[in-house]
Amino acid sequence: MERHINAPMNIEESKTLRAGDYVYITGTIYTARDAAHKRMYESLEKGEALPLEIKQNIIYYMGPSPAREGRPIGSAGPTTASRMDKYTPALLDLGLIGMIGKGKRSEAVKEAIVRNGAVYFAAVGGAGALLSKAIKSSEVIAYDDLGTEAIRRLEVDNFPVIVVIDSEGNNLYETAIADYLDYNEKAIDK
Amino acid sequence: MREINVAEITENIKEMCIEANHILTQDMDLAMKTAVDAEKAPLGRQILCQLQDNLKIAKEDMIPICQDTGMAVVFMEIGQDVHFTGGILEDAVNEGVRKGYVEGYLRKSVVKDPIIRENTKDNTPAIIHYEIVPGDKVKITVAPKGFGSENMSRVFMLKPADGIDGVKDAILTAVKEAGPNACPPMVIGVGIGGTFEKCALMAKKALTRPVNERSQIPYIKELEEEMLEKINKTGIGPGGLGGTTTALAVNINTYPTHIAGLPVGINICCHVNRHAVRVV
Repeated sequence: MERHINAPMNIEESKTLRAGDYVYITGTIYTARDAAHKRMYESLEKGEALPLEIKQNIIYYMGPSPAREGRPIGSAGPTTASRMDKYTPALLDLGLIGMIGKGKRSEAVKEAIVRNGAVYFAAVGGAGALLSKAIKSSEVIAYDDLGTEAIRRLEVDNFPVIVVIDSEGNNLYETAIADYLDYNEKAIDK
Repeated sequence: MREINVAEITENIKEMCIEANHILTQDMDLAMKTAVDAEKAPLGRQILCQLQDNLKIAKEDMIPICQDTGMAVVFMEIGQDVHFTGGILEDAVNEGVRKGYVEGYLRKSVVKDPIIRENTKDNTPAIIHYEIVPGDKVKITVAPKGFGSENMSRVFMLKPADGIDGVKDAILTAVKEAGPNACPPMVIGVGIGGTFEKCALMAKKALTRPVNERSQIPYIKELEEEMLEKINKTGIGPGGLGGTTTALAVNINTYPTHIAGLPVGINICCHVNRHAVRVV
Protein backbone atom coordinates (compact mmCIF):
# COMPACT_ATOMS: atom_id res chain seq x y z
CA MET A 1 0.00 0.00 0.00
CA GLU A 2 1.26 3.49 -0.86
CA ARG A 3 1.29 5.99 2.02
CA HIS A 4 2.30 9.62 2.59
CA ILE A 5 3.35 10.59 6.11
CA ASN A 6 4.74 13.64 7.85
CA ALA A 7 7.76 13.65 10.15
CA PRO A 8 7.87 13.95 13.14
CA MET A 9 5.19 11.27 13.48
CA ASN A 10 3.03 10.20 16.42
CA ILE A 11 2.55 6.65 17.64
CA GLU A 12 -1.02 6.42 16.36
CA GLU A 13 0.17 7.04 12.81
CA SER A 14 3.18 4.76 13.20
CA LYS A 15 0.92 1.90 14.27
CA THR A 16 -1.08 2.15 11.02
CA LEU A 17 2.02 1.36 8.92
CA ARG A 18 2.45 -2.24 7.75
CA ALA A 19 5.50 -4.17 6.55
CA GLY A 20 5.58 -3.83 2.76
CA ASP A 21 3.96 -0.37 2.64
CA TYR A 22 5.68 2.03 0.25
CA VAL A 23 5.92 5.30 2.19
CA TYR A 24 6.80 8.87 1.18
CA ILE A 25 8.06 10.95 4.12
CA THR A 26 7.78 14.74 4.18
CA GLY A 27 9.04 16.96 7.00
CA THR A 28 12.01 16.95 9.36
CA ILE A 29 14.23 13.93 10.03
CA TYR A 30 17.70 13.59 11.60
CA THR A 31 20.83 11.73 10.50
CA ALA A 32 22.99 9.71 12.87
CA ARG A 33 25.25 6.75 12.21
CA ASP A 34 27.93 4.78 14.07
CA ALA A 35 29.99 7.48 15.82
CA ALA A 36 26.98 9.71 16.65
CA HIS A 37 25.12 6.75 18.14
CA LYS A 38 28.11 5.83 20.28
CA ARG A 39 28.35 9.39 21.55
CA MET A 40 24.60 9.68 22.26
CA TYR A 41 24.68 6.37 24.10
CA GLU A 42 27.60 7.53 26.24
CA SER A 43 25.69 10.77 27.03
CA LEU A 44 22.69 8.75 28.16
CA GLU A 45 24.87 6.57 30.39
CA LYS A 46 26.25 9.71 32.04
CA GLY A 47 22.75 11.13 32.44
CA GLU A 48 23.43 14.00 30.02
CA ALA A 49 20.93 15.54 27.59
CA LEU A 50 20.93 14.44 23.94
CA PRO A 51 21.55 17.01 21.19
CA LEU A 52 18.17 16.35 19.58
CA GLU A 53 14.61 15.63 20.68
CA ILE A 54 14.19 11.88 20.28
CA LYS A 55 10.44 11.64 20.91
CA GLN A 56 8.34 11.22 17.74
CA ASN A 57 11.37 11.73 15.53
CA ILE A 58 12.82 9.61 12.75
CA ILE A 59 16.56 8.92 12.52
CA TYR A 60 18.12 8.26 9.12
CA TYR A 61 21.27 6.11 9.26
CA MET A 62 23.22 8.10 6.72
CA GLY A 63 26.53 9.89 6.27
CA PRO A 64 26.44 12.01 3.08
CA SER A 65 29.18 12.79 0.61
CA PRO A 66 30.06 16.54 0.52
CA ALA A 67 27.62 18.88 -1.25
CA ARG A 68 28.72 20.64 -4.42
CA GLU A 69 28.15 24.42 -4.54
CA GLY A 70 24.48 25.36 -4.60
CA ARG A 71 23.24 21.95 -3.50
CA PRO A 72 21.86 21.04 -0.06
CA ILE A 73 23.70 17.73 0.20
CA GLY A 74 25.81 15.23 -1.72
CA SER A 75 24.98 11.56 -2.27
CA ALA A 76 22.73 10.48 0.60
CA GLY A 77 21.70 6.82 0.74
CA PRO A 78 21.20 4.56 3.77
CA THR A 79 23.94 2.71 5.64
CA THR A 80 23.65 -0.76 7.23
CA ALA A 81 21.34 -0.49 10.26
CA SER A 82 22.60 -3.49 12.25
CA ARG A 83 25.68 -1.57 13.36
CA MET A 84 23.35 0.69 15.36
CA ASP A 85 21.52 -2.26 16.98
CA LYS A 86 23.52 -2.05 20.21
CA TYR A 87 22.34 1.53 20.83
CA THR A 88 18.84 1.42 19.32
CA PRO A 89 16.59 -0.11 22.03
CA ALA A 90 17.55 2.71 24.46
CA LEU A 91 16.56 5.34 21.89
CA LEU A 92 13.28 3.57 21.07
CA ASP A 93 12.44 3.46 24.78
CA LEU A 94 12.94 7.25 24.83
CA GLY A 95 10.29 7.65 22.14
CA LEU A 96 12.18 7.35 18.84
CA ILE A 97 9.37 6.60 16.39
CA GLY A 98 11.19 5.54 13.25
CA MET A 99 14.50 4.57 11.71
CA ILE A 100 15.57 4.57 8.06
CA GLY A 101 18.42 2.30 7.03
CA LYS A 102 19.06 -0.91 5.17
CA GLY A 103 19.61 -4.48 6.23
CA LYS A 104 18.65 -6.80 9.05
CA ARG A 105 17.96 -5.80 12.70
CA SER A 106 18.54 -7.77 15.89
CA GLU A 107 15.81 -9.49 17.86
CA ALA A 108 16.30 -6.91 20.66
CA VAL A 109 15.63 -4.06 18.22
CA LYS A 110 12.54 -5.82 16.86
CA GLU A 111 11.20 -6.27 20.39
CA ALA A 112 11.85 -2.60 21.18
CA ILE A 113 10.04 -1.58 17.96
CA VAL A 114 6.99 -3.61 19.01
CA ARG A 115 7.16 -2.41 22.64
CA ASN A 116 7.17 1.23 21.55
CA GLY A 117 4.90 1.14 18.51
CA ALA A 118 7.73 2.28 16.26
CA VAL A 119 8.72 1.36 12.70
CA TYR A 120 11.88 0.44 10.73
CA PHE A 121 12.01 1.65 7.15
CA ALA A 122 14.46 0.67 4.40
CA ALA A 123 15.59 3.11 1.75
CA VAL A 124 17.16 1.63 -1.38
CA GLY A 125 20.82 0.97 -0.63
CA GLY A 126 23.21 2.41 -3.18
CA ALA A 127 20.72 4.93 -4.55
CA GLY A 128 22.37 7.91 -2.89
CA ALA A 129 22.23 10.23 -5.91
CA LEU A 130 18.48 9.61 -6.43
CA LEU A 131 17.62 9.89 -2.71
CA SER A 132 19.54 13.19 -2.42
CA LYS A 133 16.92 14.76 -4.70
CA ALA A 134 14.26 14.33 -1.97
CA ILE A 135 16.38 16.26 0.56
CA LYS A 136 15.65 19.98 0.44
CA SER A 137 17.97 21.22 3.18
CA SER A 138 20.62 19.89 5.52
CA GLU A 139 22.11 21.48 8.61
CA VAL A 140 24.64 20.06 11.08
CA ILE A 141 23.14 20.40 14.56
CA ALA A 142 25.64 18.42 16.66
CA TYR A 143 28.99 16.61 16.68
CA ASP A 144 30.39 18.71 13.82
CA ASP A 145 33.83 17.24 14.51
CA LEU A 146 32.58 13.85 13.27
CA GLY A 147 32.49 15.10 9.67
CA THR A 148 30.16 12.94 7.60
CA GLU A 149 29.03 11.24 10.84
CA ALA A 150 27.76 14.49 12.45
CA ILE A 151 24.07 14.76 13.36
CA ARG A 152 22.17 16.64 10.65
CA ARG A 153 18.65 17.99 10.52
CA LEU A 154 17.16 17.27 7.10
CA GLU A 155 14.05 18.71 5.50
CA VAL A 156 12.72 16.04 3.17
CA ASP A 157 9.99 16.10 0.54
CA ASN A 158 8.41 12.77 -0.39
CA PHE A 159 11.45 10.78 0.66
CA PRO A 160 10.78 7.19 -0.57
CA VAL A 161 11.08 4.29 1.89
CA ILE A 162 9.58 0.84 2.46
CA VAL A 163 8.31 -0.45 5.81
CA VAL A 164 10.44 -3.48 6.73
CA ILE A 165 9.57 -4.03 10.43
CA ASP A 166 6.20 -2.70 11.63
CA SER A 167 4.83 -2.13 15.14
CA GLU A 168 3.45 -5.69 15.21
CA GLY A 169 6.86 -7.17 14.49
CA ASN A 170 6.17 -8.23 10.91
CA ASN A 171 9.44 -8.37 8.95
CA LEU A 172 9.35 -7.84 5.18
CA TYR A 173 12.90 -9.17 4.72
CA GLU A 174 11.72 -12.56 5.97
CA THR A 175 8.35 -12.76 4.21
CA ALA A 176 9.41 -11.31 0.84
CA ILE A 177 12.42 -13.60 0.54
CA ALA A 178 10.24 -16.65 1.25
CA ASP A 179 7.93 -15.57 -1.59
CA TYR A 180 10.73 -15.82 -4.17
CA LEU A 181 12.71 -18.74 -2.75
CA ASP A 182 13.20 -21.31 -5.54
CA TYR A 183 10.95 -19.15 -7.71
CA ASN A 184 11.35 -21.15 -10.92
CA GLU A 185 10.37 -24.47 -9.40
CA LYS A 186 7.29 -22.91 -7.85
CA ALA A 187 6.33 -21.42 -11.19
CA ILE A 188 6.59 -24.86 -12.82
CA ASP A 189 4.47 -26.46 -10.06
CA LYS A 190 1.73 -23.93 -10.65
CA MET B 1 64.13 1.04 -19.25
CA ARG B 2 61.26 3.53 -19.39
CA GLU B 3 61.02 6.43 -16.97
CA ILE B 4 57.66 7.50 -15.59
CA ASN B 5 57.32 10.56 -13.38
CA VAL B 6 55.16 9.70 -10.39
CA ALA B 7 53.22 12.96 -10.90
CA GLU B 8 51.59 11.19 -13.86
CA ILE B 9 50.45 8.38 -11.54
CA THR B 10 48.97 10.93 -9.09
CA GLU B 11 46.99 12.72 -11.80
CA ASN B 12 45.59 9.48 -13.23
CA ILE B 13 44.57 8.13 -9.83
CA LYS B 14 42.85 11.38 -8.93
CA GLU B 15 40.75 11.24 -12.12
CA MET B 16 40.05 7.53 -11.72
CA CYS B 17 38.72 7.97 -8.15
CA ILE B 18 36.25 10.56 -9.40
CA GLU B 19 35.30 8.61 -12.54
CA ALA B 20 34.73 5.30 -10.73
CA ASN B 21 32.44 6.92 -8.16
CA HIS B 22 30.15 8.53 -10.76
CA ILE B 23 30.07 6.20 -13.75
CA LEU B 24 29.86 2.40 -13.80
CA THR B 25 31.94 0.42 -16.28
CA GLN B 26 30.08 -0.57 -19.47
CA ASP B 27 29.72 -4.23 -18.45
CA MET B 28 28.19 -3.30 -15.06
CA ASP B 29 25.94 -0.69 -16.65
CA LEU B 30 24.64 -3.27 -19.14
CA ALA B 31 24.12 -5.89 -16.42
CA MET B 32 22.06 -3.41 -14.36
CA LYS B 33 19.90 -2.57 -17.40
CA THR B 34 19.37 -6.23 -18.31
CA ALA B 35 18.36 -7.02 -14.72
CA VAL B 36 15.28 -4.77 -14.93
CA ASP B 37 13.59 -6.97 -17.54
CA ALA B 38 14.76 -10.24 -16.01
CA GLU B 39 13.42 -9.51 -12.51
CA LYS B 40 10.17 -11.30 -11.63
CA ALA B 41 9.13 -9.44 -8.45
CA PRO B 42 7.20 -6.17 -8.97
CA LEU B 43 8.91 -4.47 -6.00
CA GLY B 44 12.25 -5.84 -7.18
CA ARG B 45 11.66 -4.32 -10.63
CA GLN B 46 10.70 -1.01 -9.04
CA ILE B 47 13.96 -0.97 -7.07
CA LEU B 48 16.01 -1.84 -10.16
CA CYS B 49 14.28 1.02 -12.03
CA GLN B 50 15.17 3.38 -9.17
CA LEU B 51 18.76 2.23 -9.49
CA GLN B 52 18.61 3.08 -13.21
CA ASP B 53 17.42 6.59 -12.31
CA ASN B 54 20.16 6.76 -9.69
CA LEU B 55 22.87 5.95 -12.25
CA LYS B 56 21.52 8.57 -14.64
CA ILE B 57 21.43 11.30 -11.95
CA ALA B 58 24.91 10.35 -10.74
CA LYS B 59 26.38 10.75 -14.22
CA GLU B 60 24.49 13.87 -15.29
CA ASP B 61 24.61 15.84 -12.03
CA MET B 62 27.96 14.49 -10.83
CA ILE B 63 26.59 13.17 -7.55
CA PRO B 64 28.37 9.99 -6.41
CA ILE B 65 26.36 6.83 -7.24
CA CYS B 66 26.52 5.90 -3.54
CA GLN B 67 27.38 8.13 -0.57
CA ASP B 68 29.83 5.45 0.57
CA THR B 69 32.52 6.34 -1.92
CA GLY B 70 34.60 3.61 -0.40
CA MET B 71 38.11 2.94 0.72
CA ALA B 72 40.33 3.28 -2.36
CA VAL B 73 41.74 -0.11 -3.36
CA VAL B 74 44.46 0.36 -5.97
CA PHE B 75 46.02 -2.45 -8.01
CA MET B 76 49.36 -1.45 -9.55
CA GLU B 77 50.66 -3.88 -12.17
CA ILE B 78 54.12 -2.50 -12.82
CA GLY B 79 56.20 -3.54 -15.80
CA GLN B 80 59.67 -4.58 -14.65
CA ASP B 81 61.28 -2.25 -17.19
CA VAL B 82 59.72 0.83 -15.60
CA HIS B 83 61.73 3.24 -13.48
CA PHE B 84 59.77 5.76 -11.41
CA THR B 85 61.16 9.28 -11.00
CA GLY B 86 60.12 12.45 -9.22
CA GLY B 87 59.25 10.99 -5.83
CA ILE B 88 58.06 7.96 -3.91
CA LEU B 89 55.46 5.84 -5.71
CA GLU B 90 53.39 5.07 -2.63
CA ASP B 91 53.17 8.77 -1.76
CA ALA B 92 52.12 9.53 -5.34
CA VAL B 93 49.30 6.98 -5.19
CA ASN B 94 48.03 8.38 -1.89
CA GLU B 95 48.31 11.94 -3.22
CA GLY B 96 46.09 10.90 -6.14
CA VAL B 97 43.52 9.47 -3.74
CA ARG B 98 43.71 12.61 -1.56
CA LYS B 99 43.14 14.91 -4.55
CA GLY B 100 40.39 12.75 -5.99
CA TYR B 101 38.41 12.58 -2.75
CA VAL B 102 38.93 16.21 -1.70
CA GLU B 103 38.51 17.89 -5.09
CA GLY B 104 35.89 15.43 -6.32
CA TYR B 105 33.41 15.93 -3.44
CA LEU B 106 33.77 12.28 -2.42
CA ARG B 107 33.13 11.12 1.13
CA LYS B 108 36.08 10.71 3.47
CA SER B 109 35.44 7.36 5.12
CA VAL B 110 38.86 6.33 6.43
CA VAL B 111 39.88 6.36 10.10
CA LYS B 112 43.53 6.52 11.12
CA ASP B 113 43.41 3.78 13.73
CA PRO B 114 40.92 0.89 13.80
CA ILE B 115 40.24 1.31 17.54
CA ILE B 116 40.76 5.04 18.16
CA ARG B 117 38.85 5.84 14.93
CA GLU B 118 39.81 9.40 14.06
CA ASN B 119 38.93 10.33 10.47
CA THR B 120 41.97 11.12 8.28
CA LYS B 121 39.76 13.65 6.44
CA ASP B 122 41.20 12.90 2.98
CA ASN B 123 40.34 9.21 2.56
CA THR B 124 43.99 8.15 2.68
CA PRO B 125 45.73 5.85 2.95
CA ALA B 126 44.71 3.70 0.00
CA ILE B 127 44.97 -0.08 0.06
CA ILE B 128 47.67 -0.70 -2.55
CA HIS B 129 48.48 -4.06 -4.15
CA TYR B 130 51.68 -4.11 -6.23
CA GLU B 131 52.49 -6.72 -8.83
CA ILE B 132 55.62 -6.82 -10.96
CA VAL B 133 54.83 -7.94 -14.52
CA PRO B 134 56.79 -8.10 -17.80
CA GLY B 135 57.00 -4.96 -19.96
CA ASP B 136 57.42 -1.22 -19.58
CA LYS B 137 53.84 -0.15 -18.82
CA VAL B 138 51.89 0.39 -15.62
CA LYS B 139 48.33 -0.87 -15.41
CA ILE B 140 46.37 0.93 -12.69
CA THR B 141 43.02 -0.30 -11.40
CA VAL B 142 41.23 1.93 -8.89
CA ALA B 143 38.40 0.06 -7.18
CA PRO B 144 36.72 2.09 -4.40
CA LYS B 145 35.11 -0.43 -2.04
CA GLY B 146 32.07 0.32 0.11
CA PHE B 147 31.84 -1.38 3.48
CA GLY B 148 28.17 -2.40 3.55
CA SER B 149 29.19 -5.32 1.37
CA GLU B 150 32.82 -5.55 2.49
CA ASN B 151 31.60 -6.32 6.03
CA MET B 152 29.70 -9.35 4.71
CA SER B 153 32.76 -10.91 3.02
CA ARG B 154 34.27 -14.13 4.35
CA VAL B 155 37.31 -16.39 4.31
CA PHE B 156 36.75 -20.14 4.81
CA MET B 157 39.71 -22.45 5.42
CA LEU B 158 38.08 -25.63 4.10
CA LYS B 159 39.55 -29.12 4.17
CA PRO B 160 40.56 -30.85 0.90
CA ALA B 161 37.83 -33.44 1.60
CA ASP B 162 35.20 -30.68 1.52
CA GLY B 163 35.88 -30.41 -2.23
CA ILE B 164 33.75 -28.48 -4.67
CA ASP B 165 30.57 -29.06 -2.65
CA GLY B 166 32.23 -27.36 0.31
CA VAL B 167 33.10 -24.41 -1.91
CA LYS B 168 29.50 -24.15 -3.11
CA ASP B 169 28.18 -24.24 0.47
CA ALA B 170 30.66 -21.55 1.52
CA ILE B 171 29.56 -19.21 -1.28
CA LEU B 172 25.85 -19.72 -0.54
CA THR B 173 26.41 -19.28 3.20
CA ALA B 174 28.18 -15.95 2.67
CA VAL B 175 25.50 -14.69 0.28
CA LYS B 176 22.59 -15.72 2.52
CA GLU B 177 24.19 -14.11 5.56
CA ALA B 178 24.84 -10.94 3.57
CA GLY B 179 21.24 -10.70 2.37
CA PRO B 180 19.92 -7.11 2.39
CA ASN B 181 23.01 -5.75 4.19
CA ALA B 182 25.19 -6.01 1.09
CA CYS B 183 22.88 -3.96 -1.17
CA PRO B 184 21.86 -6.63 -3.67
CA PRO B 185 22.00 -7.25 -6.59
CA MET B 186 25.53 -8.17 -5.62
CA VAL B 187 28.63 -9.17 -7.52
CA ILE B 188 30.47 -12.08 -5.91
CA GLY B 189 34.24 -12.29 -6.16
CA VAL B 190 35.68 -15.67 -5.16
CA GLY B 191 39.28 -16.84 -4.71
CA ILE B 192 39.84 -20.57 -4.37
CA GLY B 193 43.26 -21.95 -3.37
CA GLY B 194 46.54 -20.27 -2.44
CA THR B 195 46.94 -19.33 1.20
CA PHE B 196 44.83 -17.42 3.75
CA GLU B 197 45.70 -13.99 2.29
CA LYS B 198 46.01 -15.13 -1.33
CA CYS B 199 42.40 -16.35 -1.55
CA ALA B 200 41.12 -13.03 -0.18
CA LEU B 201 43.22 -11.03 -2.63
CA MET B 202 42.07 -13.21 -5.55
CA ALA B 203 38.46 -12.64 -4.49
CA LYS B 204 39.00 -8.89 -4.44
CA LYS B 205 40.65 -8.94 -7.84
CA ALA B 206 37.89 -11.14 -9.26
CA LEU B 207 35.48 -8.24 -8.66
CA THR B 208 37.40 -6.17 -11.21
CA ARG B 209 36.88 -8.72 -13.99
CA PRO B 210 34.02 -7.69 -16.34
CA VAL B 211 30.78 -9.29 -15.14
CA ASN B 212 30.04 -10.64 -18.63
CA GLU B 213 33.40 -12.43 -18.90
CA ARG B 214 33.59 -16.02 -17.61
CA SER B 215 36.59 -17.99 -16.38
CA GLN B 216 38.85 -19.61 -18.99
CA ILE B 217 38.91 -22.83 -16.96
CA PRO B 218 35.95 -24.95 -18.13
CA TYR B 219 34.92 -26.36 -14.73
CA ILE B 220 35.27 -22.95 -13.06
CA LYS B 221 33.14 -21.35 -15.79
CA GLU B 222 30.47 -23.97 -15.02
CA LEU B 223 30.82 -23.30 -11.29
CA GLU B 224 30.37 -19.54 -11.87
CA GLU B 225 27.20 -20.16 -13.87
CA GLU B 226 25.79 -22.73 -11.44
CA MET B 227 26.42 -20.50 -8.41
CA LEU B 228 24.81 -17.47 -10.07
CA GLU B 229 21.70 -19.55 -10.72
CA LYS B 230 21.64 -20.91 -7.16
CA ILE B 231 22.15 -17.43 -5.65
CA ASN B 232 19.30 -16.05 -7.74
CA LYS B 233 17.03 -18.74 -6.31
CA THR B 234 17.62 -17.67 -2.70
CA GLY B 235 14.75 -15.18 -3.04
CA ILE B 236 16.79 -12.30 -1.56
CA GLY B 237 16.29 -10.08 -4.61
CA PRO B 238 16.98 -6.36 -5.21
CA GLY B 239 17.44 -4.50 -1.93
CA GLY B 240 16.87 -7.81 -0.13
CA LEU B 241 13.13 -7.21 -0.49
CA GLY B 242 12.43 -10.37 -2.43
CA GLY B 243 13.03 -11.29 -6.04
CA THR B 244 14.99 -13.25 -8.59
CA THR B 245 17.95 -10.88 -9.09
CA THR B 246 20.20 -11.37 -6.07
CA ALA B 247 23.52 -11.36 -7.94
CA LEU B 248 24.66 -10.08 -11.33
CA ALA B 249 27.72 -12.32 -11.58
CA VAL B 250 29.97 -14.75 -9.75
CA ASN B 251 33.63 -14.24 -10.74
CA ILE B 252 35.99 -16.97 -9.53
CA ASN B 253 39.80 -17.02 -9.60
CA THR B 254 41.94 -19.99 -8.59
CA TYR B 255 45.55 -20.67 -7.63
CA PRO B 256 47.61 -23.72 -6.61
CA THR B 257 47.39 -24.56 -2.91
CA HIS B 258 48.91 -26.79 -0.21
CA ILE B 259 48.19 -30.55 0.04
CA ALA B 260 46.48 -29.91 3.40
CA GLY B 261 44.24 -26.99 2.46
CA LEU B 262 41.36 -25.53 0.47
CA PRO B 263 41.14 -21.81 1.24
CA VAL B 264 38.09 -19.97 -0.13
CA GLY B 265 37.78 -16.19 -0.04
CA ILE B 266 34.44 -14.60 -0.84
CA ASN B 267 34.45 -10.86 -1.42
CA ILE B 268 30.94 -9.52 -1.73
CA CYS B 269 30.28 -6.32 -3.62
CA CYS B 270 27.07 -4.33 -3.93
CA HIS B 271 25.54 -3.33 -7.27
CA VAL B 272 27.86 -0.31 -7.24
CA ASN B 273 30.79 -2.51 -8.27
CA ARG B 274 33.16 0.32 -9.12
CA HIS B 275 36.47 0.32 -10.86
CA ALA B 276 38.42 2.37 -13.37
CA VAL B 277 41.32 0.90 -15.35
CA ARG B 278 44.09 2.75 -17.18
CA VAL B 279 47.41 1.79 -18.69
CA VAL B 280 50.16 4.38 -18.34
